[in-house]
Amino acid sequence: MSLRIVVTVKYVPDATGDRHFADDLTVDRDDVDGLLSELDEYAVEQALQIAENADDAEITVLTVGPEDAKDALRKALSMGADKAIHVEDDDLHGTDAVGTSLVLAKAIEKAGFDLVVSGMASTDGTAGIVPALLAERLGVPQVTLLSEVSVEDGVVKGRRDGDTASEQLEASLPAVVSVTDQSGEARYPSFKGIMAAKKKPVQSWDLSDLDLEAEEVGLEGAWTTVDSAAERPARTAGTIVKDEGEGGKQLAEFLAGQKFI
Amino acid sequence: MAEVLVYVDHVDGAVRKPTLELLTLARRIGEPVAVALGSGAENTAAALAEHGAVKVLTHDAAEYADYLVVPKVDALQAAYDAVSPAAVLVPSSAEGKEIAARLAVRIGSGIITDATDLEAGDEGPVATQSAFAASFTTKSRVSKGTPVITVKPNSAAVEAAPAAGAVEALAVTFSDKATGTKVTARTPRESTGRPELTEAAIVVSGGRGVNGAENFSIIENLADSLGAAVGASRAAVDAGWYPHTNQVGQTGKSVSPQLYIASGISGAIQHRAGMQTSKTIVAINKDAEAPIFDLVDYGVVGDLFDVVPQLTEEIKTRKG
Ligand SMILES: Cc1cc2nc3c(=O)[nH]c(=O)nc-3n(C[C@H](O)[C@H](O)[C@H](O)COP(=O)(O)OP(=O)(O)OC[C@H]3O[C@@H](n4cnc5c(N)ncnc54)[C@H](O)[C@@H]3O)c2cc1C
Ligand SMILES: Nc1ncnc2c1ncn2[C@@H]1O[C@H](COP(=O)(O)O)[C@@H](O)[C@H]1O
Repeated sequence: MSLRIVVTVKYVPDATGDRHFADDLTVDRDDVDGLLSELDEYAVEQALQIAENADDAEITVLTVGPEDAKDALRKALSMGADKAIHVEDDDLHGTDAVGTSLVLAKAIEKAGFDLVVSGMASTDGTAGIVPALLAERLGVPQVTLLSEVSVEDGVVKGRRDGDTASEQLEASLPAVVSVTDQSGEARYPSFKGIMAAKKKPVQSWDLSDLDLEAEEVGLEGAWTTVDSAAERPARTAGTIVKDEGEGGKQLAEFLAGQKFI
Repeated sequence: MAEVLVYVDHVDGAVRKPTLELLTLARRIGEPVAVALGSGAENTAAALAEHGAVKVLTHDAAEYADYLVVPKVDALQAAYDAVSPAAVLVPSSAEGKEIAARLAVRIGSGIITDATDLEAGDEGPVATQSAFAASFTTKSRVSKGTPVITVKPNSAAVEAAPAAGAVEALAVTFSDKATGTKVTARTPRESTGRPELTEAAIVVSGGRGVNGAENFSIIENLADSLGAAVGASRAAVDAGWYPHTNQVGQTGKSVSPQLYIASGISGAIQHRAGMQTSKTIVAINKDAEAPIFDLVDYGVVGDLFDVVPQLTEEIKTRKG
């Protein structure tokens, strides 16, 4: 039987761009270029490696996002995923993490899965909770924040490096996995991969395809409300000195003045 | 007064500092009821009472150590059902966020993660968060269900506020999902004797400019002269010069100390994401154009191999 892997990938505004909020206090996606979240490239990479080590596997990449989010799917397909699902609906605008996990879970169930692979966090929201939410909603084990992962005989194993300890984890499939940026560099799409991706199937689903109502998602349905967003005042320009032999002492003088010494 | 559930992060009964900070914030919203799980849970009571917990619900079972996250969610849900709190507060560790998120779905609530401040509001607690690598500050509320909020370390001062802290046994029945993910081995981190990175008042970090694992002793010596924690950029971690647990930034720890000293770090947005809210920022870099200098209160353009040892010596001399 084929191992069905679903990789969740998010299309995010480029972190090196001038990211900001739109008037409705959602993330502005118009003024800054978007891309496949770098942290989800690690998820695609680990899924590819798991598939390479399986007798037979199929990787579906899944995103919930605006029209441009197709770019993220294309990139994942050009890295080597087999097919893609794009959940797109105007009513999804402003959906929060809890809502996103609802939509993703419905789509994952509809697609069919043995293994879900997610990134450790999205680079715009940075909550790092969607994988745990997916495990809760799908009713399957969560094997998250792995810096090492492998799948064999229907069992997923991995290493989770926490604050106080490093743990070896193990669970039976089906399961939800998330991988960190310590899990291994993601491959670059090859020219052949980029050409092949153009022919790979991308399905589009909307809310009705997932039996979801508009009220359950989007800004209206959100479980949280952002009341205000303010740009942090720029830090006041500090003192900068060039070291001409006394730089360390000058710095010590500053630190003493600030009562750190 | 409404009760507020506070999830306790502890190691064998020793309460970690972020939980004590959480009690300060919880008291702004209601009466803190603490939930302590696992080995040593009952030993947390004295510290929690000292900082305002009116009650401490405890439960120990092998499941908490042997299986990932879900047993703790089951227990927190049992506490939620028993108390019917006005809000649930959890420290923002990786595990804390996962526990909080799963609880939120179970009780039909919204969740706010990584709050840096919390106040009472007309429509429930208002959380302050940082967005886009700390270049924005937002204020948010949970608008559905009982607010579940995770709070970052260093978000409030620890304040003594003695309360009863009566220990009560929590009745927990584990769900059939509790044993889904087995922890087959655990290697505890070795203590370095230095302060915890996220809790430290001073953090001294090194980056690619440190140029080798053997040179990190220069950074460590400076840190030790100030009683500081040691941090590293991802470039230094990826090169294998320093452990990943010490990485500061988007995919490492986010720190907000009184003083942050960056040596040989350029100041990429992903690094800034983890240190930009530090009170005082100091940098040593040989490139006057390095973006880190945009953030600093004091910067030295120079070679860290000259400046840092001189600084360390001078600190030692001044401290006598
Ligand atoms: C998704 C994602 C997540 C990331 N997460 C993180 C993260 O959590 N933390 C993080 O730090 N980075 C993170 N990064 C990487 C980040 O983009 C940078 O690559 C990284 O921070 C660079 O580290 P650095 O400043 O040490 O190295 P560099 O950018 O190479 O800078 C080295 C600096 O050292 C200076 N220097 C060299 N020699 C000396 C000397 N002798 N004396 C003084 N100065 C010297 C140089 O002038 C230079 O400015 C992430 C990137 C991505 C894409
Ligand atoms: N809109 C989305 N579409 C697809 N996957 C997502 C989306 N949002 C979050 N994810 C996945 O969940 C992970 C954690 O995201 P977050 O909880 O938002 O930090 C990401 O790395 C993705 O794998």
